[in-house]
Amino acid sequence: MPHPVSPEVSTPEQEDGGLPDASENEEGQQGDEVASAGEDQMDIESPPMPVVVKEEVRLDDMFDDDDDDDDDDEYGEFPESSVPEIKPEGAQDAPIVTAPSARYSDPEIMYAFYQRLFPFRYLFQWLNHSPSPTNDFGHREFAFTLQNDAYLRYQAFPTADLLRKEILRLNPSRFEIGPVYNTNPRDRKTLRKASHFRPVAKELVFDIDLTDYDEIRTCCDKANICRKCWTFVTMAIKVVDAALRDDFGFQHILWVYSGRRGAHAWVCDKRAREMDDPKRKAIAGYLEVVKGGAQSGKKVNVKRPLHPHLSRSLDILKDHFQSDILEVQDPWRDPTRSDRLLHLLPDRALNDSLRKKWDSSPLRPSTSKWADIDALAKAGASRSLDAKALLEAKQDVVLEYTYPRLDVEVSKKLIHLLKSPFVVHPGTGRVCVPIDPRRLEEFDPLSVPTVTELLGEIDQWGAVGTNGEVAAGDAGGGGEESKAGVARRVQDYEKTRLKPFVDYFKGFVVGLMRDEKGGVGVDGRKIKREKTEEEEDNGGEDRMEF
Amino acid sequence: MFRQEIPRIDSKRRANFDPKRRQFAPEAHTLVEYPHRLNLYDSPPTSEITLEQFEQWAIDRLRILAELETCSFRNKTQTETITHLEPLLRKYLPLSSNSSSSSARPAERQKDHYSHFILRLAFSRTEDLRRRFAKLETSLFRMRFMQDDSRERASFVESLNLEWEAVGEEERAVLAKELIAAGGGYREDARWFKVEWERVPELVESRRVFLKGGKAYVPVREQLSLVVAEFSSQLERGLELTSRALPRLDEDDRLTPILNHLSTHFSTPAFASSTSSDALASSAISAATIPAIAQHFPLCMKHLQTTLATTHHLKHFGRLQYTLFLKGIGLSLDDAIQFWRQSFSSITDDRFNKDYRYNVRHAYGDVGGDANRRGRGYSPFSCQKILIEHHPNTGDAHGCPYRHFSVDNLTSLLQATGVTDRDVLKEVREDVGKSRYHIACNKVFEHTHKAEIKRAKDEEGWGAAELDTIVHPNTYFKRSYLLKNFGQAKAEEGPGDAMEIEGGN
Ligand SMILES: [Zn+2]
Repeated sequence: MPHPVSPEVSTPEQEDGGLPDASENEEGQQGDEVASAGEDQMDIESPPMPVVVKEEVRLDDMFDDDDDDDDDDEYGEFPESSVPEIKPEGAQDAPIVTAPSARYSDPEIMYAFYQRLFPFRYLFQWLNHSPSPTNDFGHREFAFTLQNDAYLRYQAFPTADLLRKEILRLNPSRFEIGPVYNTNPRDRKTLRKASHFRPVAKELVFDIDLTDYDEIRTCCDKANICRKCWTFVTMAIKVVDAALRDDFGFQHILWVYSGRRGAHAWVCDKRAREMDDPKRKAIAGYLEVVKGGAQSGKKVNVKRPLHPHLSRSLDILKDHFQSDILEVQDPWRDPTRSDRLLHLLPDRALNDSLRKKWDSSPLRPSTSKWADIDALAKAGASRSLDAKALLEAKQDVVLEYTYPRLDVEVSKKLIHLLKSPFVVHPGTGRVCVPIDPRRLEEFDPLSVPTVTELLGEIDQWGAVGTNGEVAAGDAGGGGEESKAGVARRVQDYEKTRLKPFVDYFKGFVVGLMRDEKGGVGVDGRKIKREKTEEEEDNGGEDRMEF
Repeated sequence: MFRQEIPRIDSKRRANFDPKRRQFAPEAHTLVEYPHRLNLYDSPPTSEITLEQFEQWAIDRLRILAELETCSFRNKTQTETITHLEPLLRKYLPLSSNSSSSSARPAERQKDHYSHFILRLAFSRTEDLRRRFAKLETSLFRMRFMQDDSRERASFVESLNLEWEAVGEEERAVLAKELIAAGGGYREDARWFKVEWERVPELVESRRVFLKGGKAYVPVREQLSLVVAEFSSQLERGLELTSRALPRLDEDDRLTPILNHLSTHFSTPAFASSTSSDALASSAISAATIPAIAQHFPLCMKHLQTTLATTHHLKHFGRLQYTLFLKGIGLSLDDAIQFWRQSFSSITDDRFNKDYRYNVRHAYGDVGGDANRRGRGYSPFSCQKILIEHHPNTGDAHGCPYRHFSVDNLTSLLQATGVTDRDVLKEVREDVGKSRYHIACNKVFEHTHKAEIKRAKDEEGWGAAELDTIVHPNTYFKRSYLLKNFGQAKAEEGPGDAMEIEGGN
């Protein structure tokens, strides 16, 4: 799976087409090809279409949409799947199909969403790290996917307002965020040499996608998810979050629901943003434990004694294994699947007795099968049993079924783009809302509001007549009025279920800006200062202490 | 050995490599002392060397770096790489330890020091070159560090004065369990350093250190990583500085062409060229035997030979590429004229004499201006030249099939020449897809000479120096020929310096 999101930077060496370039360039080079394949039509400065396209949406188009969602891997969004996932609506066997709905791709809906709900101000502050515009924001690449699927890269905006205006004008179906460049991405072609245009900073990002769990989840597959398999994401967030905080000392980690079947992490600490690719690769490698494709045998091969990161992860995961894997997923009930378990165990004689036992009671649940291992081992099923090897193999099994499966390629490159928080997933209509890691267990992807529901809630709020306010602009847009006015004007987002998510994001951004401004002590403790305007705005509430 | 590709400069003129006037040290001082075999290259050279040394030292070092890069392209392990490089290092860039009694020691260290800085100049121009150079120099340093005598290594490390915070007794006791677990259970560790994790990314990536709050706890035995990290970060900083100082160097019209030449040829590991020793002074090579010995030709030349044999004609660049190759393998001028006359069987003698004979003679330096005669015509084309120059058009048969053929046509051509192994063909396709044309060609060579290479290693003691990566069609021929005719051809290897100096073009 390529992650081809490099800009069209090429060196003279590459152009004259001589012998190979350095190996570390390969990926970028391949990426260039893919990216530039569509460059002519994609990289255009002016919009190729009117703001709003009136088009009849047919059923076929909906599925096209769904397809495109996967295709966009090739342009830069992170793979939400490598498999096209066309599933007829109402397929009987799927527990909950997050099927596309024609209404989500309706340009007018998107327009209303951007105009009334999208938190541009906080998005700006999040990327800008300060209330007044800097190059952190101004040189940041945005990439828009328009309603006609044209893809505009290298967009950049000096202020939140200009970003908002352009988004309202182009009305993209979604957009992505790339790195901060050393110069304004719009000016890249005026540089004397293409190689002078280079990325200098970006959040360290992670991508967790449930399709990477297809071989171990039994409840759903492909694009479909349910609460049962969402626990894989929950486990992954716990493990990665702990490592990033405890081991690497990062503090500003934003987890975001990807809108369908996974989650993204944005590590926003300055130290993380400034890492070069080898350092990103080092973290990705540190966190990568489950390796190998569907056909490779044992996927977890870790040395003993376990590295502290791994013993901590096991501690986090073992309860989940008992309940969410053995009981809920029941991965080895099916006799063909229990062979997979035996394959991972080291002792032949023990395996023979296990197989015999399980053959005589087919469909024995996984919990019992797992318990059988120790029971038969104790009963002396194998004379040559190596108890330590068995224990380690069992630990490996736990890791194979619970440890985060990250798409590490995504994390390795500064230059990759990732879907922005709060955009609408075109396939599900759900908003990519932040996930509060302190309330991780409460997060339910299936009750994340969809764009149509949210717009309905605004209408409803007005209809009920709770208040007589005029609808305000985008979320966070009215911060100043709120201080001036006697009765604080209610923002549109506050009328909807988006409110807790925007509030959480606001708090996150405040914490980030505070550290950015005040600096962080060597020991990681924040340096005390006076409250900023934003904190006042936020009611002085310190939301960001994790 | 590679001199023919370097612009000739009067070696009597001195290259003033005094950095005072250029870009480096604030003040001149006398000959640098080299107390250690290893060098972090933190102080630039200060004494004068000749232009000839300037070129030759740089080329010798480049040779090593290029081989290192090839090893990494070919995913060789550390051990394989060391085995491969060792004889080459002995030949081009030897570096004796303090304990050795070699009288060449100071000179070796000076060459190592100077060549490093010359290449810094050549490769600081673009970010890409800087990155590759830093990567390869770091590999070289790592290799040498690992092989260094342990006592000398310790004294070298001590001399670096790196600021590593020692982990105190108390903290060590508190973290004992984690420290040992992170160290793979190794209980002998007694001392740890605490550094920002970014300084040891490779230890972090492979989970070989304990991490806490952004600090990596590095056992003393992992010193290698720390020193290597230090080496590479110093080098990167140094290259950055050099690149800023470069414009001032352009004043020196003697150094600039050399530096340009070095850096352009670093865009490929193939800076080497055919040399005199690639010609076999063998009676086996004559107009009549060409079709038979074509089995030893690389794919590009086989294709030219086949095309010539079937169409009785080759277009201009095809003739040029092939003529020079044949000259390089030792075909005499008379034989060459005879060969082309016979091959162009559908034209008259008159036409041949009028249109083609002169070109062959010109290529051999038999006619043409003084320069051409003195230079004995053109040099046979290197892979680099064939890959880059004169992109073939419709009807042309020259170029490099790995680069200029479609994958399907390349596969058919390989199959037609007897390469049918599916794995090899698959690897070739992959290499070609990644623009590693010379790697693909070398793989085919190794595959088609598997048995012979093994015998040469076992019986004749061939090592890396004899089996380094082929980057010239004439080397391909010579090696193939030698391998298949063991015992006969080797002794005949003669001086025949037919193309020592690159002529016109
Ligand atoms: Zn499910």
